[in-house]
Amino acid sequence: MLLAIDMALIIEKLVLIVIVVMASLVIAMYTTFAERKVAAILQDRRGPNRAGPFGLLQPMADGLKLFFKEEIIPNFSSKALFIIGPGLAMLTAIMTGAVVPWGDKVHFFDRDIALQIADVNVGILYVFAVVSMGVYGIMIGGWASNNKYSLMGALRAASQIISYELAMGISLIALLMVTGTLSLKEMVLDQQSGYWNIVYQPLGFLIFLICAFAECNRTPFDLAEAENELVGGYHVEYSSMKLGFYLFAEYINMFISSVIMATLFFGGYDIPFLNEANYDQNWMALFGVMMLMAKVVGFIFLFMWVRWTIPRFRYDQLMHLGWRVLIPLALFNMLLTGALVLLKQNGWHF
Amino acid sequence: MNALTNRAKQVDRRKMNFLERLYLVAIFKGMMITFSHIFKKKPTINYPEKTRPFSPVFRGLHILNRDEEGRENCTACGLCAVACPAEAITMEAAERQPDEENLYREEKYAAKYEINMLRCIFCGLCEEACPKDAIYLSETFAPSDYQRKQFIYKKEELLIPHPIEQPEEYKKALGNRVKRETAN
Repeated sequence: MLLAIDMALIIEKLVLIVIVVMASLVIAMYTTFAERKVAAILQDRRGPNRAGPFGLLQPMADGLKLFFKEEIIPNFSSKALFIIGPGLAMLTAIMTGAVVPWGDKVHFFDRDIALQIADVNVGILYVFAVVSMGVYGIMIGGWASNNKYSLMGALRAASQIISYELAMGISLIALLMVTGTLSLKEMVLDQQSGYWNIVYQPLGFLIFLICAFAECNRTPFDLAEAENELVGGYHVEYSSMKLGFYLFAEYINMFISSVIMATLFFGGYDIPFLNEANYDQNWMALFGVMMLMAKVVGFIFLFMWVRWTIPRFRYDQLMHLGWRVLIPLALFNMLLTGALVLLKQNGWHF
Repeated sequence: MNALTNRAKQVDRRKMNFLERLYLVAIFKGMMITFSHIFKKKPTINYPEKTRPFSPVFRGLHILNRDEEGRENCTACGLCAVACPAEAITMEAAERQPDEENLYREEKYAAKYEINMLRCIFCGLCEEACPKDAIYLSETFAPSDYQRKQFIYKKEELLIPHPIEQPEEYKKALGNRVKRETAN
């Protein structure tokens, strides 16, 4: 062996990668189903309940329908870019799941396997960087459609995403001052022993939540794909599976945003009011994963609940909110947090 | 001028106070309203397991009637075909043979009777025009199909089941029909 890594590590990571990708895809698929059901329940009707028991096979039917549709590639557009666009969106959506700690350590085959694909010490910064790359997927899609309305929609989406990234980053700085580390695993470990970060950073959480809505292009910030106004925005020229990839990438983004928010502010896989060291390691890891999934389900429900309650922002209102309300608020939050951290280090006197 | 109702509200043009400009309070109230809708009763009915009841004068699929002994009422007079605004009904008449006394009421009967369901507009004018109380619009919907020619319903599909030979189907096909007093 030329490398000093043992085979077991490679197999372990490969299995984890396959499980995480498959789980992301399946969860995103059922999120589309949950969206329709939750939308229906909030609107005094039932959702799809014909395909399979309680309509549970509906996402399969949707996926099959998208596969069977005809692929239309418009003329005079760059064919390579047209195909790369949705692929890039999907790639960046799935890549973010690599640094999330899905659970504690499990003990199999005499090894301690951490349920995290890559425990880099710049965890949250990596997530940020990959999400910024997601803008490219939208821009390429809008440009390659050879349609001026798609281009306008894509430009709006891109400017919205980069505007709200700033406020998100600044609220993350405030969080960093409290936790002292960027690694997601260390943040969860700190929250296991202390209080959840929501207690230390409520305003930061609010800002992060609003920016997460904007990053996922969800209502009230879904002007880019406003179905009533722009007909489809940047994905109006797409059909069949490429459109499926764009829509899917949006749901995977939503899932990953929920996971990140749960990990940063609500303790990740931590089970509240329970001391995990007292019990068997594998069972605690399993419960931790289930707890994380419960928090994620709560956040996804929040995403959908807000979507079906609030009307959409106009573009200038959106920009006003991002630059002139959220950034000053995030800066204020950062200054306040900095002052409080300094005070605490100084023993609570000046 | 007097207002018709007292529901008109005076427009409130005051500037928003701080809590209102936050929008968060309003959003939260809106979300509470939406949340309460989860627990309300849904008015959806599970068609086709359950159906909404129709009124007895609903104009649905056509039925050709028989009298109590099972003889067909229709005499192929053609009044329904003339009355139909969409020209959906066609028929061919035939003479009743001596050994067919129990099949048809009068000497003339319809050998071929066809209604094109794609043309029919379910107006009920044929039912109003018929002098023998032969055609009647029942309460069922027209079902869907894959080919156009299967929508041309022939006489055998339109006839009501025989009251003596198939009494249960006859009763079911009658449904809750309002019995009309006929002249003949």
